[in-house]
Amino acid sequence: MNTLPYFVLIPLAGAFLIVFLNVLTKNKVRVISEILANMITLALFIMTIFMFNKSGMYVIGKWVPPLGINLVLDGLSALMMSIVNLIAFTATLFSINYMRRYTANNYYYALFLLMLAGMNGVLLSGDFFNLFVFIEIASIASYALVGFGTEADELEASFKYMVMGGIASTFILLAIALLYSQFGVLNMAYISKAIANSEFNILLRFTLFLFIAAFSVKAAIIPFHAWLPDAHPAAPAPISAMLSGVVIKTLGLYAMIRVMYNIFGFNGGNMLAYMGLISIMVGGLLALGQMDMKRLLAYSSISQIGYIILGIGLGTKLGILAALFHLVNHSVFKSLLFMNSGSVYHRLGTRNLDEMGGLNKVMPITGGTSLIASLSISGMPPFNGFFSKLLIIIACIQSGHPIFAFWAIAGSIFTLAYYMKMQRYAFFGALKESYKSIKESPFFMSVSMIILAILCLVTSFLLIPQLRDAVLTPAVEVILNADTYKALVIK
Amino acid sequence: MIYILCLILFFIGLYGIFCKKNLIKIVLGFIIMENAVNLFLILLGYKNNGIAPIMTKSMRLDEFLARSVDPLPQALVLTSIVIGLAVTALMVAVAIRIYERFGTFDITEIKRLKG
Repeated sequence: MNTLPYFVLIPLAGAFLIVFLNVLTKNKVRVISEILANMITLALFIMTIFMFNKSGMYVIGKWVPPLGINLVLDGLSALMMSIVNLIAFTATLFSINYMRRYTANNYYYALFLLMLAGMNGVLLSGDFFNLFVFIEIASIASYALVGFGTEADELEASFKYMVMGGIASTFILLAIALLYSQFGVLNMAYISKAIANSEFNILLRFTLFLFIAAFSVKAAIIPFHAWLPDAHPAAPAPISAMLSGVVIKTLGLYAMIRVMYNIFGFNGGNMLAYMGLISIMVGGLLALGQMDMKRLLAYSSISQIGYIILGIGLGTKLGILAALFHLVNHSVFKSLLFMNSGSVYHRLGTRNLDEMGGLNKVMPITGGTSLIASLSISGMPPFNGFFSKLLIIIACIQSGHPIFAFWAIAGSIFTLAYYMKMQRYAFFGALKESYKSIKESPFFMSVSMIILAILCLVTSFLLIPQLRDAVLTPAVEVILNADTYKALVIK
Repeated sequence: MIYILCLILFFIGLYGIFCKKNLIKIVLGFIIMENAVNLFLILLGYKNNGIAPIMTKSMRLDEFLARSVDPLPQALVLTSIVIGLAVTALMVAVAIRIYERFGTFDITEIKRLKG
C-alpha cells in the first residue's frame, strides 16, 4: 500500500514542474509540458491497474488514526481510480492537437494535473477534512479550466459554476464542522463507528441533509443542475470529457455514496431513486430540444447520471452492480462523445448542429466513433450501454418497482431519439459545399477516440463472472456492507 | 447564543449570493458565508480562559487537558482560509474579465447562456 500517496504526489509534482520548466524556457517550448503531462497520466493509469482486488490503508507520517491522516483504498475507490486515470490519459492525448488553438497551454496542463491530483485525493482520502481540501483542489482547477478560453460565454459559465460550486463547498465545510462538534474526530471510519453507536438525532439529520445537498450540486442532479449545461459546453473539449466523464462522478456521486452508505449507514429509502427518475426524464426532455451539440451532450449527462442514481437508490445488490457498471460505461462513451464534438469543432469551428451535415464523408473516424458511442449510450446491443441499462431495468423489476422500470425504458427511448437527431444532423445527410475540403481530425485526437471506441465494446466483458468478481463485486461489497470500510481502518 | 449569531451571518451571506444582482456583491456574500463557517469552526475549540495548546514540563497532564483550547479547529481554519482566498481571487479575476467583455456587473444583463 506504499504506492497510495504517489497517486496524489505525482500529478501535484507534475503540475509544479510544468510551470517551473516553462518559466526556465520562457514559455517557448510547448512540447515539454505535453510530453510530461502525457507520461504522468499514462504512468498513473498503469499504476491503477495493479490496484485491483487490493485494499488497505496508508498512514501518513506514522501517526495512526484517528490522530493522523490516512489514505484508504478499497474496491470502490480502486474502480473509480482506474476509470479516472484512464479518461485522464485519453484526454491529455486528445489535448496535444486540440489545445494548439489556445495560448498558454502550459498552464492548461498544470491545471489539468492539479484537477487529477484533487480527484485521486478525493478517492483515497480517509478523513473528512482532507476530503474537503481535495474536493476544493479539483473544483478550483475545474473552475479555471471552464473559463480557459476567456471569451464572454466561457467566463459567464465559469462564474456560474464557481458560485454554485462554492456554495456547495461551504455546505460541506459546515457539515464537517457540525460532525466535528459532535464527535471530536475527523477520521471517517471513527465517525462512522460513533454514528452507529449514537442515536440519529436532529443535528445528524441536518448534517446528512447538508452533505446530500452539496454533493447533489457537484453531481448535477436535478434540481441542482443549473451550472452543468453552461459549464460543460464552455470548457475546451478534453476538459468537457473530463468533467462529464469523471469529475461529476468523483466529486458528486462517489463522495455521496461514501458519506451516505459507509459513514451514515443511511440508504435513504427510495429517495435517491426518485431523484434519479426526475433527472432521467427532465434531462432527456431538455436534451431533445438542443441544437448546440455540446449542450445536448451536457443534458444527456444529467439524464445518464439519473440512471446511476436510480440503480444505487434501489439498494439491492443487482441495482448497485448495474449502477457502478453504468458509471464505468458512461465515463467511456460520454468522454468519447465530447471528444467527437471537439474534433468537429476543431475542423468546422462550430457547435451548431444546423451548420453541420454529412460529416461522415470527410471525417470517417470521428463519424464512426461517434456512431459507436451514440449506439452505446442509447442502449443498443452489443455495446456496453445495453447491458448496464438492461441490468438497471431488471433490478427495478426485481426489487418490486415495475413503474421505475417503465420510466427507465421511456428515458432510454428519449436517449435514442436525441442521439439519432445528433447523428442525423451532424454526420449523415448531404455534405455542405463549403465543407468539401475538411480533413479528418489530427493523429492524436483520432488515436484517443479510437481507444475509447474500442473500450465501448471491451467494457461489455466486465459482466463475465471472473472479471465481474475482480472488478465490480468488491465495489458493490463496500457499498452494501459499511463494516468492511470500518474494518480496514480500525484494527 | 454565539452559534446562532454564526448562523445568522451564514444566512446573510447566502442572501447576498441569491438576491443581489451585482457580481461584486455576490462575491462579497460568498466571503461572508465562508467566514461564518470559519468562525463556527474556531468557536468549537474555544474555552474560557484557555491557554495555548503547548505542553511544558511544569504542567500536569490533566490540568493541561482541562485548560488548553482545542488546536485542531485552528489548523482546519487556517487551511480553509487559504482555500477561501484562492476561490475569492479566482472569482474576482473572472468578475473583472466579465466586466471587460460585457461592460457591466449586473447579472440581469449577463445572460447569453440559457435553455
